[in-house]
Amino acid sequence: MSSEKGLIPHDLFPWKPAKVSGKAPQEKLIVAHAPHWHDGSKISTKNYNIMIAALPAVLFGISQYGAPALGVIALAMGSAMVWELIMNLAMGKPWSIGDASAAVTGLLLGMLMPATAPWWVIALGTFIAIMVGKQIFGGIGFNPLNPPLLALAMLVISFKGVFDFDEALRHYDLGFAMAYPLGQLKYFGTAAIGKFSVGDLVMGKQAGAVGSTFGLGLILGGLYLLLRGYIRWEISLSFLAGVFVTALLFNVLGDSSKYAGPFFHLFTGYTLVAAFFLLPEDSSSPANFIPMLLFGALAGFLTVLIRNVGAYVDGVPFSILLMNLANPLFDKIRPKAIGKVVENA
Amino acid sequence: MIKRSFLGLAKPRLQYSVTVGTVQELPVPSKVILLLKEPQNGGRGNGLKVGDSVKTGQRLSASPEGVEYVISSVTGTISDMAPYVGMLGQKCKAITIDASGQDDWDDSFNKEPTLDAALKFFEYAPGNPSFKAFTDPEKSISAIVINGMDQDLLLTANQYVVQNEAADIKGGVDALKKMTGVDRIVITVPDNLVQQASTTGADVKSVSATYPSSLPHMIMKDVLGEVVLAGDSVEDAGVVFMSAEAVAALGAAFQTGQPCVTKIVTVVGKDGKTTNVRTRIGTPLKDVLQACNVSLNDRDRLIMGGPMTGAAAHSEELGVEPGTDGIVVQDETNSAQVTDYPCINCGECVRICPVKIPVNMLVRFLEGRFYEDARALYDLDCCIECGLCSYVCISRIPIFQYIKLGKYELSLIEIAEAVNE
Ligand code: SF4
Ligand code: SF4
Repeated sequence: MSSEKGLIPHDLFPWKPAKVSGKAPQEKLIVAHAPHWHDGSKISTKNYNIMIAALPAVLFGISQYGAPALGVIALAMGSAMVWELIMNLAMGKPWSIGDASAAVTGLLLGMLMPATAPWWVIALGTFIAIMVGKQIFGGIGFNPLNPPLLALAMLVISFKGVFDFDEALRHYDLGFAMAYPLGQLKYFGTAAIGKFSVGDLVMGKQAGAVGSTFGLGLILGGLYLLLRGYIRWEISLSFLAGVFVTALLFNVLGDSSKYAGPFFHLFTGYTLVAAFFLLPEDSSSPANFIPMLLFGALAGFLTVLIRNVGAYVDGVPFSILLMNLANPLFDKIRPKAIGKVVENA
Repeated sequence: MIKRSFLGLAKPRLQYSVTVGTVQELPVPSKVILLLKEPQNGGRGNGLKVGDSVKTGQRLSASPEGVEYVISSVTGTISDMAPYVGMLGQKCKAITIDASGQDDWDDSFNKEPTLDAALKFFEYAPGNPSFKAFTDPEKSISAIVINGMDQDLLLTANQYVVQNEAADIKGGVDALKKMTGVDRIVITVPDNLVQQASTTGADVKSVSATYPSSLPHMIMKDVLGEVVLAGDSVEDAGVVFMSAEAVAALGAAFQTGQPCVTKIVTVVGKDGKTTNVRTRIGTPLKDVLQACNVSLNDRDRLIMGGPMTGAAAHSEELGVEPGTDGIVVQDETNSAQVTDYPCINCGECVRICPVKIPVNMLVRFLEGRFYEDARALYDLDCCIECGLCSYVCISRIPIFQYIKLGKYELSLIEIAEAVNE
């Protein structure tokens, strides 16, 4: 009706309020679609909580390995944020480091590294995690694989020596057997792991990556995230169950001089950090109930399978990446929407 | 605004308000604004013009045989008729009537409870009851459900009516039985109103006070045990829903011989204070707010309806409509803000959707405008429009808006196809 005047906002609402003489123009109201309430959740809040949950394990690592461990974590977080920023600038997108997801990616990768990792390996790792793992797919929400794990897998393949924890940490004397339990198991069988009691493993008396040896701390952090609803319990618990059952079967039905028992597998290597911090990463894991259970359980199964019969000392990065790839298929298993009409039924 | 609880493992539970206060009667306003829908075929009559004098209760339509009409809620003169475009492009005429202050009742409504009378006078009754399904040869209506609980949060207009006007509801139930011939009339109420509802003569069923159990589709599933198929309306499934207020209006009208021209509105201020008022349909929102001492500032939201499904109005000069169960004012910091962040696949929406739609996938298709795939693969048509997915979305995607847009775009495609055939 008044389109000849051009598209000024008033044209979208051609009805003019009846004139009220001498009144000031009315307030400008915000027009928005329902719902007008939101539960207040935010991606940054979630990520800050993940960082808080990781704190016990990280602080323990720093207390064990000292300044180098702190250096690894700081460098990993810092470089991850720098890569994210560079990518934002290069692609002309709004800055996304405020959502803290780059910081979490860096933190998690740092937790998976030995304290002795050289700086360039860390910087390369976060580069892979942010650029290859996340940004080339379109950034947050679009990554099909878990970014820190993708970086870890590439680094493990390329720089085997860096991840030889026995070799890397041989100068440390922390008052316990300074040996990487999974390495001992792989090369010397169960005879060599008698020195690790379950209690010691849980309390972090084992050699390993900066943020993945303190079982108790990881469990506490994980429970915190579970209870606050920031990770999906279905995935974490089914993963742990998968690890437990598979290890038990190997141990009982297989050669028990070669295959360690279930508790050993639960508290060594990357198992716990994977269960609570890596596997439930949103974008690379399923959202429906049964798929979540399958996803976790199969990842746990593969992890132990690789540890026991595969070529790698720890199966975590590879088993999870493999499940990440299968994730879109998993989420095809879903409940029937109420009211859905099934054709030809 | 109700926030996520500290322990987020449990799903948030949004509760309807079920405690009812009193109703404040507002004086007759100096003018009312009524929105008359324009007929869809574009034909326009000129039955109404500025300067016409109208009586309270008079049926105003563009032409005498027009199916779209409004009922004048005051006696006075038409002072303005302006085009108005409502939600989703619905074209209307905004008719402003200056009230004379005295009510002079129109007498064309007789007390005969027939379907014809209902169609002619009650589609503009408070609560917007629809009687068209009863005359539609393609639908066979076997039950009427009287919804005794408001569909959105915070609002208590219908709860008030059940509590205080059960006798009118009873009259309405009798009239409905007579005019439609439908015997099965069910009234759904929250637990605390079961007693009052039992005097209405309708079959009383209680519904849970947790959102969204008062939405018609949920009542169909939980109370009647029937699932409405995707894309169908509840009428297609043989059930007509009416609000308790509408039925009470019907009952009162057949008793007094005057159609109901008032509406009960729950007004919620920024501080969360709620007041129920009874006012003439068409009263400018501004007058209602003033009477409740609610002030508006720049960048506030003025919501007609409730917080989950209501429509934010652009002007306080709009009138209270027959379907306006509530007026909620929010300031900017308390309103939901959306972002253009992508879905991070956190699954919150999937877990909260009452009809189990994989919203995380649906939203990807909607964002990409693949509406037909969204319908075929990810159950767009199953959505019952509760808005919970947007409420919990951590990326704050306007999912509900995308869903409405998707459905609207698909309906346009369907209309275009029907024309081409
Ligand atoms: S609005 Fe969202 S949560 Fe509600 S039914 Fe539709 S898709 Fe499900
Ligand atoms: S709540 Fe939002 S971010 Fe989470 S899965 Fe649903 S649409 Fe995606």
